[in-house]
Amino acid sequence: MATAGIQTNPDEFQERIDAGIKIEPKDAMPDAYRKTLIRQISQHAHSEIVGQLPEGNWITRAPSLKRKAILLAKVQDEAGHGLYLYSAAETLGVTREQMIEDLLAGKAKYSSIFNYPTLTWADIGAIGWLVDGSAIINQIPICRCSYGPYARAMVRICKEETFHQRQGFEIMLTLSRGTAEQKAMAQDALNRWWWPSLMMHGPSDKDSKHSAQSMKWKIKLFSNDELRQKFVDQTVPQAEFLGLTIPDKELKWNPERGHYDFGQIDWDEFQNIVQGNGPCNQERLQARISAHRDGAWVREAAAAYAQKHPRGARRSA
Amino acid sequence: MSDWPLWEVFIRSQHGLAHKHVGSLHAPDAEMAIKNARDVYTRRNEGVSIWVVRSSDITASSPGDKEPLFDPANSKVYRYPAFYEVPKEIKNI
Ligand SMILES: [Fe+2]
Ligand SMILES: [Fe+2]
Repeated sequence: MATAGIQTNPDEFQERIDAGIKIEPKDAMPDAYRKTLIRQISQHAHSEIVGQLPEGNWITRAPSLKRKAILLAKVQDEAGHGLYLYSAAETLGVTREQMIEDLLAGKAKYSSIFNYPTLTWADIGAIGWLVDGSAIINQIPICRCSYGPYARAMVRICKEETFHQRQGFEIMLTLSRGTAEQKAMAQDALNRWWWPSLMMHGPSDKDSKHSAQSMKWKIKLFSNDELRQKFVDQTVPQAEFLGLTIPDKELKWNPERGHYDFGQIDWDEFQNIVQGNGPCNQERLQARISAHRDGAWVREAAAAYAQKHPRGARRSA
Repeated sequence: MSDWPLWEVFIRSQHGLAHKHVGSLHAPDAEMAIKNARDVYTRRNEGVSIWVVRSSDITASSPGDKEPLFDPANSKVYRYPAFYEVPKEIKNI
């Protein structure tokens, strides 16, 4: 990367950040800032891509043509989000090939929530409502982060996420107004997705190793615990409206704090999944490896075609 | 000047915004194109950054392709949040 060698004065850089001036690809930046962003943006991109898999599982089995078209559109959006983010990461000097190689080799991380299985149709509702809901809360502040290409990609993404959450909530609403069996299905999905959704905001503040520096650099604008609290506070009334019970006996409104108190998250389970031992880690990675391998001939054919027909030949013909 | 190539000019008007196409100009090379763009398009501090791209390097969709390219999205109203019923009581969705 041409700019990597430029000496960056850390104080000047910080002043720029503090003044709210965005950092752009060709600007000088500390190596650690660049590396942190590459890690964060590529993980984010991988999460969008792997995140297609649990929902993709239900495209062929959606209960109606309407729901199928909606789910297809949502999963397609997630693919788009992955592509916006890979491009944003590439502006920092990492190649697309490298990022994909790291993902397929199991070296790169992605959001651990996608390592849970989607057992029933209600899971599609719960994912849209809770998983996309959590993602929105995490992502909205990133629209204002210090790195221009990441911030701009996030503006596009957030605009598209609203439909994701709404379609999920609508599925939950339909099920909870349905038969006893359908309502039980919605409750079961909430039971399984609630805690993983809380984990999406990341380790608790006292254990979060990258947070302080990232906040100083305005790559992160709120702490994990703040984001999690916000999610709980806005989701509890929604669950009540649905007539569903959040699976946490300690969940209680705290009038002094003006927030809901909630129970302990099982961080061992979280760590275990991050280490690769979740219910679907193997399956998800394998699906990505197969997709990449099975798509190789398409990439080769496109490259061969481009070589045979130099740029623009088709248009001007 | 007719043998000078045409350049498309993109200006980032403010920190944080994307570059936006503002027009074009002729220049013998990229460096001169930036200098000219600065004089032609940013005399009143309209920008914080300039991009120039040779017009001949841009591939554009043809106007005749408008329908096949964009019409299919018209029927996909479910891509918009307003398609979904969210009861009044529900906040933050
Ligand atoms: Fe997404
Ligand atoms: Fe989404």
